[in-house]
Order: sequence, then structure tokens, then C-alpha cells
Amino acid sequence: MSETGNGATPGLALLEQLEGNKLVTNIMHFGRVLRTAGMPVGPGKILDAVSAVQAVSITNRRDFYWSLHAVFVNRRDQHEIFDQAFHIFWRDPRLLERMLGLLMPQAPGEEDGPEPEPPSRRIAEAMNPGNDDGSDDEEEKEPELEVEATLTASANELLQKMDFEDMSADEIAKAKAAIARMRLTIQNVKTRRFQATHRNDRIDMRGTLRAAMRSGGSVIPLQYRTRRKRTPPLVILCDISGSMGRYTRMLLHFMHAITNDRDRVSTFLFGTRLTNVTRHLRNKDIDIALQKCTDSVEDWSGGTRIGDSLKIFNQYWSRRVLGQGAVMLLISDGLDRDAGRGLALEMERLHKSCRRLIWVNPLLRFEGFEPKSQGIRAILPHVDEFRPVHNLESLTELIDALNSQLVRRKEGITEWLQAM
Amino acid sequence: MSAPLPETIETTLDILADGKYVADRSLATALFLALKLGRPLFLEGEAGVGKTEIAKVLSETLGRRLIRLQCYEGLDVSSAVYEWNYSRQMIDIRISEAAGDRDRDQIENDIFSEQFLIKRPLLQALEPDDSGLPPVLLIDELDRTDEPFEAFLLEVLSDFQVTIPEIGTVTAENPPLVIITSNRTREIHDAIKRRCFYYWVDYPDAQRELEILAVKVPEAPGELSDQIVAFVQRLRSKDLFKLPGVAETIDWTNALVQLDKIDLDPETVNDTLGTLLKYQDDIEKIKGSEAANLLNQVKADLAARQ
Repeated sequence: MSETGNGATPGLALLEQLEGNKLVTNIMHFGRVLRTAGMPVGPGKILDAVSAVQAVSITNRRDFYWSLHAVFVNRRDQHEIFDQAFHIFWRDPRLLERMLGLLMPQAPGEEDGPEPEPPSRRIAEAMNPGNDDGSDDEEEKEPELEVEATLTASANELLQKMDFEDMSADEIAKAKAAIARMRLTIQNVKTRRFQATHRNDRIDMRGTLRAAMRSGGSVIPLQYRTRRKRTPPLVILCDISGSMGRYTRMLLHFMHAITNDRDRVSTFLFGTRLTNVTRHLRNKDIDIALQKCTDSVEDWSGGTRIGDSLKIFNQYWSRRVLGQGAVMLLISDGLDRDAGRGLALEMERLHKSCRRLIWVNPLLRFEGFEPKSQGIRAILPHVDEFRPVHNLESLTELIDALNSQLVRRKEGITEWLQAM
Repeated sequence: MSAPLPETIETTLDILADGKYVADRSLATALFLALKLGRPLFLEGEAGVGKTEIAKVLSETLGRRLIRLQCYEGLDVSSAVYEWNYSRQMIDIRISEAAGDRDRDQIENDIFSEQFLIKRPLLQALEPDDSGLPPVLLIDELDRTDEPFEAFLLEVLSDFQVTIPEIGTVTAENPPLVIITSNRTREIHDAIKRRCFYYWVDYPDAQRELEILAVKVPEAPGELSDQIVAFVQRLRSKDLFKLPGVAETIDWTNALVQLDKIDLDPETVNDTLGTLLKYQDDIEKIKGSEAANLLNQVKADLAARQ
């Protein structure tokens, strides 16, 4: 690297040379505070911060602020945390240090100063992670019913067709096990990248020339390449309102299985507001994953405001997660508290932003289901497929649908549109 | 004309101002750090807030060559780094066959040598330009490409080197000034961001936007600019799918100047709304009564201020 670059070793030397320097120590502590607040601040970043501050030769607070900002902040949403931490820390560094000390088990607060004034909520929360050991497990509290001795083939079949709503605790447990075994055999989309092949597809000039050299240059054996395939991103939007009640838990198991089975899956839950639970569901342990989901969602089993939730999704998330030809799964019964107000518009936008939009609706289990409610009528014209999800069989079918070749848009919906 | 790298934040601001770029001090700080410490600057923000422009201004005012790599899905080594000139290689093989003057190893050495190499932007950026200075490398809209390319960039951005199997590793003597932009249609991996200085380019406030207009569209009458900026600022507080960026403000002002307007009126606003808003839903929402409403508020505000 050049004379301006600063690798790890010069940085270390710098730190040694500056040892005892109050500012350097404070930057280090500030970095630790940010790390505790959940930002990815490693020792490398702290060294960077020190060299940045040196490079700028700080004369005022604002330059200092933005120098540290350029080093520590990596995403826009970290700005708030940084901002609050900065103002608290550099107003009175000892204050936060002391609070940090109080929180660290190995370093109890050594001085009894006056009670520090409470920091803004976000920082306080970040510095005081609640104990999130999932102690109460709903499953275990569900009443035990009579248990059949073995799961015979016929019982298995019965389970396949049984509505989640009518299942006993034991059956639910078995269904969950079945869901956990569900695998998406990957449905692939052509990408713009290439790989070597033996089929006569496109000529790989580079490979051909190399092969020619291997054979001495007298013969030039043609080498071929073909488009590489890859799974498209999958985005799941799941309704968790009261009317979805009993299905929610099963669906969460389903989403967990899918999230851990393929890459690029994003999951959102909504009732009256939208919550991104992708990170929680990535947890391998289903119990921990569900517990974390439960903790982060504030509107379990409440009302539904599909239009508002979709609007938030469209505004803040669609451009970030629906890139690269994503397939979208909307799980909802379409019963909307706002009676479909503004829903059609948001659905249209959603439909336009993804490669394929599949609507999954547990209400579809009823034979004579008719698209009567306002919400359903608003959603139907803007989806590509409409599927039931109420038992294991329908879940398996859904997986098949996700695996199937992409068809013309709206192909799976024409009958429904005619019925409307 | 080439200029030396800035030594302080003030001179960084001056350099940007020379290139007619009105910047916040916070942006200048991040840019200064990137230049001084030889790291890439990672700029994220909505479309049309002037991310790409920074690289252009830098290249212009510092007198460096600008090398631009526009990212897209499936961008691969052969279009970003290097490619062999296959037809020339073929001809060379045939010629040497006909002449019979070289043996196999020699041919191989010859055809995979630098004269058959087509250099793409990343490789070009590792070489100094004619005046011996490292160029400005703009990696535009990195979020449009896919993860494999991002991973490839790691080597380039941290060590400023590229490995070509047939030749070896090419290292830059003096690293280029790297500007990376992203519209955030996808989260860029932290490993990339960790190697860069990060800055979120936000919409400017009213005063900054007025300064930008004064620099970019100097022929616009002052009162018109006042109205435009106040209108756009109000528009940004509305519930729209895509808020107008600075680029849109400048376009709109240009359009109005071309139409010889010195004052905004509802009809003109409706007719030219397409330069400001780029989604039909948004235009529908604002056009007509909403636009007239906004305009009235703007004019009332401006009148009250005088």
C-alpha cells in the first residue's frame, strides 16, 4: 500500500506511541460503548478512528464528530445510535464509562457518584440487554390429550389432511416435526454468470485458448459455457392477526424451515404494524427463533391493517429486499380492519416490484370459498397465484409451487378473477 | 492540470466548491479522511442526491483520470478486470504454426502476455495516468451487482491488487482514489464497508439547496429559486414513493428557466411535474389541488418572510 495507507502494524505502533494519551483511551472506550450498543466495532475500527482523528487534526467538535462517524458508522440506521452515544459519551465521558462499568459483571462500579441521568431509550436498551432465555414454552403447557400409540401410515395420511385448527397437541407436535423435514428442492433462475459445460451452448473463448495451448496449438478444441442457475430471493410477508390465530404458529415453523434451508430469504410479520424477523428466524434452534420473534412483535393476534403494513413494506423494504427477481409469498386471510382501504394500490405496487407474487390463504380450505370481503377483492387482481394453506398437504403443495418452473404472470389466478 | 491532495477539511471543501459541488462539512470530512488515509469512500443515499457527481468533481478538480465501473447483475471479471484478445491470440497461433519458428511453450508465453491483454476498468485503475498520478476510480451502484463480485472487490479494495492467473499479481504503486456508490437496493456486505469510510448522502436542507441552485443554474431568477426550493422541500415532507432528489430540483429549475418562467403558477407546476416526480402514483397524488395547495403555502411563507 502507499505512504498514505495505514495497515494494522503502523496502527499498533501508533497506539503504543500514544499510550497514555487521554483522547486515545477515550476513543477506545467510546468504541467499546458502540460495540455494546450492538454496532460492529472491532479493534481495527478503533485503530482506524485514532488515525482518522490524527489525520484531521481536530480543532472543533463537529469535525471530530464526523471523523468518528465516517469510521464507525456503516449503515444509515446506525447513525441514530452513534449520534446518541456520541453526545452522551463526549459530554461527560466518565458518565458512560461508569454506567458501562456498572453493567459489566467483571468490573463493578468503583465509585459511588451521583445517580447518572438516564440516557435516551435506545442506548439504554442496547446497554441493558434483557434476559431473553425462553423460559416459558407454550407447547409444554398445552393440555395433553389421549395419545395414539404409534404413527402408522394411515395416521400419517390423516395428519396430512387434517386442518391445523383441529389438531391436538400431540398431532401438532408431529406436524411440526413433518414441517421441519420439509425441504425446498431448489427452483433455479438463470443468472448472468457462466460455468463450463459439455453441451454445445456458447463458446468459452478463454477455455478454448487454454485448451489449445494444452494440445500444442495445432488443434483448437472448442470449450463451452452455459448460464449458471441460482435460487431467486424469497420474501415472506405473514399475517399474524387474531383471525389467523391457530395457523400462525405452524406457519412460523414453516417459515423457519424455509429460512434455514435456502439463502436470501427475508421474513416479515404484520398485524397492525410490520416487523422484520429475518434475523430471528435464521437461528437454527426453532425454540429460540420463535421466542425471539415473539419478543420482537408487539401486535400478536390483534387486528389487521394490511394496507398500512404493505405501505410500510413498499416504502422502506421493497427496494431493499425485492431486488434480483425475488419471489414473494403473502400469507394472509385477507380480512382487513380497514376494509381494504388503500390496499389495491399497495398490492399493485408490490406486484410490480417482484418476479412472482403468491398469495397463501388458510380460508381457502372451505369448499364454497368466495372472494367476498373487501380486502380479498382488493388483493386478488394483483397476485400471480392463490393457494390454500391449512394442512400439511397444502404446505407440501405450496413447496411444489415454489419449485415449479416460472410461468406467465397471473396464470394461477384467472379462474378467481372470473369468479369475482 | 493536476492539483495536490487536500491537506485539511477546509481545502477539501474548496476543491469541491471549485468543481461546483456544494457540500456539507460532514461530507468533506469523510472525503478528506478517505483521500488522506488512502481508503475508499462509500457513499450511500437515495437516487439523485449527488453521489456520482463527487467522483466526477474530484477527477476534474484534482486533474486525475476518471475511471468508471458501472455495476450490473452478472458483472464478471472479463468485463470488470481484464479479458484476453482472443482473435489476436488465434491469429498469432496460426502465424507461428505457419512459420514454425516457435515451440509450444514459447507460443503459450507469448499469447498470454500483456500485449494480448485487454484492460478493463479495475485493471486500468491500478495504473497511473499520463501525468503519473493515480486515477479516480468510481464504482457506481455497487448494489446492482451480485455477491460474488463484491467478494472479488475485497482484494482490489484492501490491497489494490489484482491477480491474473497467466501473468501474476498486478499491484498499484499508488492506489487510486476510490469512490463507491450505492442506492441501497440491497445491503452491501460489511466486509466491503469495513474497508471504507462511510457516508450517507441525505437530501440537503433549504439553504444548502438554494446554494446548489445558485451554483448549478446561475441564470435562474432568485425569486424563482426561492419558490422552487420551498416547494421541493415541502414535497419531501409528503408521503411519496420516491421523493425528488437534488438532481430533480436542478432539472426542474432548468426546465422552468427554459420556459422563461419567473414565478411559479399552478398550471406550470402541473405541466412540469414529470421532471420532479418519477412515479405515476406520485404525480397523480400531487397534481392539481395538492400542487396548488403547496404552492399557496409556499408563497404565503415566502411573503411572510419578507
